[in-house]
Amino acid sequence: MRDKRGVIGDLTDPAPLFAALGDSTRMRIVARLCEAGPLSIVRLTRGAKISRQAITKHLRTLAAAGVVRSDRVGRERIWELQSARLVQARRSLEQISDQWDAALERLRAFVEKHEH
Amino acid sequence: MNTDRIEKRILLRAPHERVWRAISDAEQFGFWFGVTFDKPFAEGARLTATIVPTQVDAEVAKSQQAYAGTRFEFIVERIEPMRHFSFRWHPFAVQPGIEVSKEPTTLVVFELEAVDAGIVLTITESGFDRIPPARRAKAFAANEQGWEKQTQLVEKYLAMGSQR
Repeated sequence: MRDKRGVIGDLTDPAPLFAALGDSTRMRIVARLCEAGPLSIVRLTRGAKISRQAITKHLRTLAAAGVVRSDRVGRERIWELQSARLVQARRSLEQISDQWDAALERLRAFVEKHEH
Repeated sequence: MNTDRIEKRILLRAPHERVWRAISDAEQFGFWFGVTFDKPFAEGARLTATIVPTQVDAEVAKSQQAYAGTRFEFIVERIEPMRHFSFRWHPFAVQPGIEVSKEPTTLVVFELEAVDAGIVLTITESGFDRIPPARRAKAFAANEQGWEKQTQLVEKYLAMGSQR
């Protein structure tokens, strides 16, 4: 995550994961987190031309795509970039997780089919 | 966030013995999982699994022909009758032309617990953090389209079930 060039390199990848970045405000948020490291919403909003609510909405979009994550520290929520490696790891795990879901439904059909 | 482990838990409304056989018998395991094995399960046995297309949907089966016949290694770890079945394999291994047999494996554990309504099955797969990141990235790119198909397949299968 501290490796700025590495992160930006991955952000230019055409993977759908980064579709969430197809917005200049979100791109700026990511660039900011990339340069400054973890930031609170107060610090992220400081100097921005849009409201805290709008920034929070963008952060949630980025979080849903796995690009950023947040932790509550005391009364504040701190936002940070997920490292590219972690993002990739999470996506590949989700994929295997889906595969197990599908396999388990086949198992369910198999063991329950004569039980009605 | 835990990137090393996946855990799944479902309730199967079926007799204990039937669930156990579906998991611990290589032929039955292969039937629902979509593979055939070259020999029976036994502790420590190294089996070769071969992918077979699903019977559920002709169209999806056709697209799965790309993977049909693909083989992977399946190493049985431990068998405790009616309770525990575990094995090791190489995740993301279904990529033609990539040699993975020397790479780390993940451990898959099936655990059965009898409850009033049936059997609670817990599946955990762990050890992902030791898999080379490059493999994960490549597997992701290769499988993305496949996953959409897989999802359609499951939806269709479940829809068929509700009509019965």
